Amino acid sequence: MINSRFFNRSELIGFLSLLLLLAVILPFFLDTFRLNLVAKYLTYAFVALGLVMCWGYGGILSLGQGVFFGLGGYCMAMFLKLEASSVANTKIQSTPGIPDFMDWNQITALPMFWKPFHSLPLTIIAILLVPTLLAFIIGAAMFKRRVGGVYFAIITQAIAAIATILIIGQQGYTGGINGMTDLRTLNGWDIRTDHAKVILYFFEVFVLFACIITAQFIRLTKLGRILVAMREQEDRVRFSGYSVANFKIFAFCAAAMFASIGGAMFTLQIGFMSPSFVGIVPSIEMVIYTAVGGRMSIFGAVYGTLLVNYAKTMLSESFPELWLFGLGGLFIAVVLFFPSGLSGIWRDHVARHIDRLIAMRSEKSKRAWAIKSAADGAPAE
Amino acid sequence: MFGDYSIGDLGAIFAMQGFAGLILFSVYVLMALGLAIIFGQMGVINMAHGEFMILGAYVTWMTSSFFQSHLPSLFSGYFFVAMILAFIASGALGMLVEWALIRHLYKRPLDTLLATWGLSLILQQAYRSVFGAREVGVELPQWMMGSKQVTDTIEVPINGIFVMCLTLAITVVVAWIMYKSRWGKQVRAVVQNRVMAGAVGINTEKVDRYTFGLGCGIAGIAGSAFTMIGSTGPTSGQLYIVDTFLVVVFGGAASLFGTIASAFTISQAQSTMEFFMSGSMAKVLTLLTIVAILMIRPQGLFALKVRK
Repeated sequence: MINSRFFNRSELIGFLSLLLLLAVILPFFLDTFRLNLVAKYLTYAFVALGLVMCWGYGGILSLGQGVFFGLGGYCMAMFLKLEASSVANTKIQSTPGIPDFMDWNQITALPMFWKPFHSLPLTIIAILLVPTLLAFIIGAAMFKRRVGGVYFAIITQAIAAIATILIIGQQGYTGGINGMTDLRTLNGWDIRTDHAKVILYFFEVFVLFACIITAQFIRLTKLGRILVAMREQEDRVRFSGYSVANFKIFAFCAAAMFASIGGAMFTLQIGFMSPSFVGIVPSIEMVIYTAVGGRMSIFGAVYGTLLVNYAKTMLSESFPELWLFGLGGLFIAVVLFFPSGLSGIWRDHVARHIDRLIAMRSEKSKRAWAIKSAADGAPAE
Repeated sequence: MFGDYSIGDLGAIFAMQGFAGLILFSVYVLMALGLAIIFGQMGVINMAHGEFMILGAYVTWMTSSFFQSHLPSLFSGYFFVAMILAFIASGALGMLVEWALIRHLYKRPLDTLLATWGLSLILQQAYRSVFGAREVGVELPQWMMGSKQVTDTIEVPINGIFVMCLTLAITVVVAWIMYKSRWGKQVRAVVQNRVMAGAVGINTEKVDRYTFGLGCGIAGIAGSAFTMIGSTGPTSGQLYIVDTFLVVVFGGAASLFGTIASAFTISQAQSTMEFFMSGSMAKVLTLLTIVAILMIRPQGLFALKVRK
């Protein structure tokens, strides 16, 4: 380990300022509507965080993170939907007690795979495990055969396409293109009120920081070092006796789990889930959040997500036709000119000056100490 | 599943669906040929390939409108002019893109993916601003309309036959360029060993630019052919890009024969299944099968054996 401390000085500054921004400044200055928007952006930050681990550190570019985001979101939405379609709420349907879209599609009994989502603990377990399991299967199949890089990206993209087509096609089981709407309560607690939204926001920030700390922990352990080593020289790591595939599978699974948590948060915050957050386009947008923030930087991912989404909202509110030009230009600019994103700019242009300031101060005190010790007759270094 | 149909009916269904599959096959082959050249030979992932195709489609549409209003006597032959213009337009744009963007990224294949995705967004929005969000369709000349009756139950549309002949011709030309011409030899030399190719006097930068231009130009022709069988909108290209990448990867990159074989397999599987189940499930099943096969055999169907 290079740093014996969990966060070094600049990381600690980054951590605290992000905490200050998300937990104090934004809730204090924004109204509930804007805060809810920030909450929506932050759900993507979970995905970006996962991508930092698997793409930035592990070198595995997944273009299918939307699938895991969607899986988490749909698991949460299924629970909320079942709660919203109690027998009392749905007595006008021909089969009361099942979600409304099933009734519209002539389904008369709740399908088997919906049954576990009556219980909240099982739902939470599903949110954490289902996407991880899928990632494990995909990862095990691909990495064990040493498929990587470009091929992996294309295949994950195909999986994102498959997932969208499947969700839209199986309208009776998934709600089709409209997704699952009209979600109301979580264990009897109304999630649609302003008050609930603020509480959910703080809960989300709390979970996000838990994930950030987890990611930082992984980064600092030997495992994180091996991930980086693998990205740089895969063969050397393999020759050193490590199973490269297993480390890649781990990074991919962790990224999937983060994305899934983000998806579940998204459903809670926004109150619906639809296939438009699953497919190819959202998945690749999630990659650009990470790229803008800096694919190597945990905090950069969060800032990048916030910034790109803020720009998207601003531009598409005022100049809807400009947004795609902006997004496209951003892709190209980040790749061509700022491969390490915002965090790279920060590191090269801002952090250097801060470091110099700190260095000057410690230099001064060192010199003072040297003069003092010289006066005492001790040899000055 | 088969119980409701007699043997004769089934034969006709398979023949008709097979023919529909052949049209899909033609579009796949035309798109995948360009992509296989760019991805297989240069290792660049061109996510904007669909947009180059749509550029060709728009050029064809403009040519047909021009002929209709100014040269109605020559209208029956407009398609050949349009095809050449589409090739030139897409090829020129491709060379411009290579010069401005791609050549800086040859060492970072994953980044070409992101950059060309950005390019595709920009192009889509540009089409939307210039041509409008509504889909446009060209008017077919008289001789391409109608269909040919083969037996009582089987009939095939003439525009489909035309598109297939076109595909065949272009495939032969591309194969000739890549495997017989001097320039194709240079391209393959650059792919196999860039440094050595440069050392024997091949201008590798120029070869790269023309290869990329050729790939995009073929996409333009694909767009031209595409207008014969469907209407064109700003996002039509994006619908095909994932399928086409799967075609190329499934066939084994850098193998033109593999690309054609895999385009055939995929399009036939999809259109045959489409008759028996919903279109979306047919697509899901096809894609899942390809992904599963790729997980077992990542190098694709026909892979060149090369030292890595």
